[in-house]
Amino acid sequence: MGIKMATVLSGKVSHPGTADGEVLLLTEPVSFWGGVDHHGEIIDVHHAQHKAKMTNKVLVMPSGRGSSSATAVLAELIRTGDGPLAIVMLQCDTILVIGALVSAEIYGISLPIVELEQAEYDQLSDGMHVTVDAISDHDIATITI
Amino acid sequence: MSSGSHSVTLTTEEQAMLDGADGPAIAMCMRIIVGVARANGAEKLIEIESAHADGTLYHGEAGLDFTEKLVALGGKVKVKTTTNVGSLDLLHPDLVHGDETLMSHGRRLMDAHIALGCEPTWSCAPYQAGHRPAFGSHVAWAESNAIAFVNSVLGARSDRYGDFLDLSAAVTGRVPFGGLHHDEARKAVLVLDFSEIDSKVFSEDAAWAALGVLLGNRAGTRVAAMVGLPGDLSDGGVTEDRLKGMGATSASAGGVGLFHVVGVTPEAPTLEVIVAPNAEYLKMTATDVREARDSLSTTSSDKLDAVSLGTPHFSVDEFRALSEVIGDGPKFADQIDFYISTSRDVMARSKELGYLDVFLNNGGRVVTDTCTYVTPVLNRNVRNVMTNSGKWAWYAPGNLGIDTVLGSLSECVASARAGKVVRDESLWA
Repeated sequence: MGIKMATVLSGKVSHPGTADGEVLLLTEPVSFWGGVDHHGEIIDVHHAQHKAKMTNKVLVMPSGRGSSSATAVLAELIRTGDGPLAIVMLQCDTILVIGALVSAEIYGISLPIVELEQAEYDQLSDGMHVTVDAISDHDIATITI
Repeated sequence: MSSGSHSVTLTTEEQAMLDGADGPAIAMCMRIIVGVARANGAEKLIEIESAHADGTLYHGEAGLDFTEKLVALGGKVKVKTTTNVGSLDLLHPDLVHGDETLMSHGRRLMDAHIALGCEPTWSCAPYQAGHRPAFGSHVAWAESNAIAFVNSVLGARSDRYGDFLDLSAAVTGRVPFGGLHHDEARKAVLVLDFSEIDSKVFSEDAAWAALGVLLGNRAGTRVAAMVGLPGDLSDGGVTEDRLKGMGATSASAGGVGLFHVVGVTPEAPTLEVIVAPNAEYLKMTATDVREARDSLSTTSSDKLDAVSLGTPHFSVDEFRALSEVIGDGPKFADQIDFYISTSRDVMARSKELGYLDVFLNNGGRVVTDTCTYVTPVLNRNVRNVMTNSGKWAWYAPGNLGIDTVLGSLSECVASARAGKVVRDESLWA
């Protein structure tokens, strides 16, 4: 039994916040409107991770997808506590950032959204435990795995 | 607290707005606009001439909390702002049979938009209800079909905005200078060539729904130029309504915010002026169009319970075309519910011109302020529904749990009369 060394990945803060939890890795983007129900379950029948639940998970997916009403659906999930703890993407989705900004404004809940480069993104795997720190003076987010 | 990896340059006036000089509502909206600008790399903000607010449909308490908070903070829109569909038909309240929360919260959400100074347009096609931004003007429009239309058909400039940012833009009069506001981002990186397909195929409205699926599937969120399609935007509304239907479908099947039809839409008099270097080129076939059409029908049964037109909202020109197809023919079959969704503005003008009564006298029903696929309107026993709208056909099976059949306007009328699906395959040969 060796000592497990922590690896620290660096990315860009798209929305500030901190989180600590298990990764739900999606192999394709999901649309929050029409693709995720009010309990945080993926209901898009065409999606590879259909029926997966994002509640209290660090949601990792390549990008956002679909309707502009995804902002409102994400904000509602954050309000009810059925949403993810953090979102990590390769390509930042403005629509999801808006949902996080509004939730911070009206509920004081700050969902971290982090953008990673491919090499860092590839080190994340489903079920892994991570700590997300997207509050920094240097606008650099860290993900400790 | 700072966020993002670069700074956004604000004017003195914008900095004051952010700091609260113009009140807490403007400051909150400015924090959201600047937060988005930081996240997506915009270096500055630009002023907008109008907005179209999409947050009028009830998706849960968060949307209501945000909008009512803006009202409580004394927020008012700074620019002309039209409203998208709501969850209720305020003119025909008995048509929507939602639960108590949907009805009461849906109403409060619509009222809050009016309190902010928005116009009670309640339409996903504000561009056919008196709100037509000028070519080249910067606007903040939400609702995916309206974004595609305002960019592509009118040549105004909006990025793909969502709920909350639309109202934040309307209250501050600003958006991040990013995405489709830039010249370079409006160039076509994909060319779809339809010139080898018999143009007869494009003479029916339903073909344009199929084209929307093709465009959405091939383009995703990229800007495409389409060549070899017929059309003339001064032909009395025919081309405009076809592009409306195609754009709406493409924004559902993909994420299209801007498309060009070469020789038809205002930014694409020729392919050369609009195509980006190294654009991808795809030749389309009649088989591609037929397969796209077939993907919008989920049943091959000829059983029919209802017909739904008007997604996006029906125009005056479409009511005229419908009244001509109906003519003096027989009434719709008793067992068929025939709905048209439209704006109150279009309904009033179509009534004045006599087109509306032709439809109503044949047994049709008009839905205003909302739409049949986003709120409970259809009778609970309805299973099979025919439509000429690609967007309706795309979303309704998931939203409503029903089966769809895509058909042209004339096929929809013939089917409503026959009480079963009637299709003319020769249109697609």
